[in-house]
Amino acid sequence: MLAVDVEKQLGALKLGVRFDAARGVTALFGPSGAGKTSVVNMIAGLLTPDRGAIAIDGTVLFDAARGIDVPPHRRRIGYVFQEGRLFPHLSVRQNLDYGRRMSGRPHEAAEFDRIVALLDIGHLLDRRPRMLSGGERQRVAVGRALLMGPRLLLLDEPLASLDAAHKREILPYLVRLRDDAGIPMVYVSHTAAEVRRIATTVVRLDAGHVVAAGGLELIKDADIDGLD
Amino acid sequence: MLDLTPAEWTAVALSLRIAVVATACALPFGIAIGWLLARTNFWGKSVLDGIVFLPLVMPPVVTGYLLLIWFGRKAPIGAFLDSHFGIVFSFRWTGAALACGIMGFPLMVRPIRLALEAIDRKLEDAAATLGANRPWVFLTVTLPLALPGIIAGVVLCFARALGEFGATITFVSNIPGETQTISSLIYTLTQVPGGDAAAGRLVLIAIVLAFAALFASEWLARRASVRFHGE
Repeated sequence: MLAVDVEKQLGALKLGVRFDAARGVTALFGPSGAGKTSVVNMIAGLLTPDRGAIAIDGTVLFDAARGIDVPPHRRRIGYVFQEGRLFPHLSVRQNLDYGRRMSGRPHEAAEFDRIVALLDIGHLLDRRPRMLSGGERQRVAVGRALLMGPRLLLLDEPLASLDAAHKREILPYLVRLRDDAGIPMVYVSHTAAEVRRIATTVVRLDAGHVVAAGGLELIKDADIDGLD
Repeated sequence: MLDLTPAEWTAVALSLRIAVVATACALPFGIAIGWLLARTNFWGKSVLDGIVFLPLVMPPVVTGYLLLIWFGRKAPIGAFLDSHFGIVFSFRWTGAALACGIMGFPLMVRPIRLALEAIDRKLEDAAATLGANRPWVFLTVTLPLALPGIIAGVVLCFARALGEFGATITFVSNIPGETQTISSLIYTLTQVPGGDAAAGRLVLIAIVLAFAALFASEWLARRASVRFHGE
């Protein structure tokens, strides 16, 4: 289980967020500028909170009071960025393999093949990221994060840079991932329809604070009309 | 056409050796200084920036003279290096390499710095979340992405080192077989009667070498770009 309780001053926005995320997909849902991306960056270790603590399955990743701040490369948290951020100088295969190589784990062909099949990217392995469509790029980014063997997967608006057709292409993979992989996920989105498809728990953020947390009932039909 | 005398061949080989050694030794410093200038902020950064670029704007003779009074055998740094490491620069080809390296250094640092500044830092963050510590991020993401700039810096420094004249001749003189490069031999030949033909041959070689360096850099840069951005 992920336990987040952080505070940070971000320009004019005073961010103070507290929530727990259990198994399944926890959606951080709210309008742009609510501080969603900052929260996942803090979980990943890319942004340092001013105060508070972050722990996962009892392991403390950050604790301002105790001076604990595990660097990102030792947190073992997969991160799928909005823009994919595939390494342009590496092939798709090398991108997928990067996390495993950096952690020095042996190559597990079965695991590699399983995730490549899950995301349907086997025909892309020898290509460069530049030669992929937006949807293919995001599938590879998801695969790269999964293949590092994460204990938690962060997805920051993974569909935001895609057009409607590509969004429809990717969502089923993410749903399959939720049902098959068994890795807890934190899914950032401002799109209600997307959250409804994928999330099991919803944390609503507004202006840097949690305004509600609970089940899918928190997504009102008004959200879907208003935000989509 | 290339009917060179042994003395002329010696000068050509020596020039190449000096330029290669100067460039190779300058490269690690060039990457380190380029990184410092591109990525860090510290007190005295603009001073460092100025010192690095000084050889580009100062008369080469001044650079050579400063080397002479610092790196000469009896000079403070020169004497220290001689007694502790057995490294002697004055009137040796190594001194020529030092002078050429320093003269080429600003031309090397600039493209490396620009390349490092142009790299999307978010890719380095992504590498960190995938388990790469900072040295590995640098080796597997930063350096490969800066490669076109590094190639450009290497070629510019090499070309400058190959043609360096003023600082070299001031620091290590013009000794055949030791410090007499293509440039200083051409200079010598133009000072003696009947040296025009030989000088002409060497001028031709200098032009060919410069072109070869340019073509090599174009080719390498294109290969690097194909690797990064697809066909």
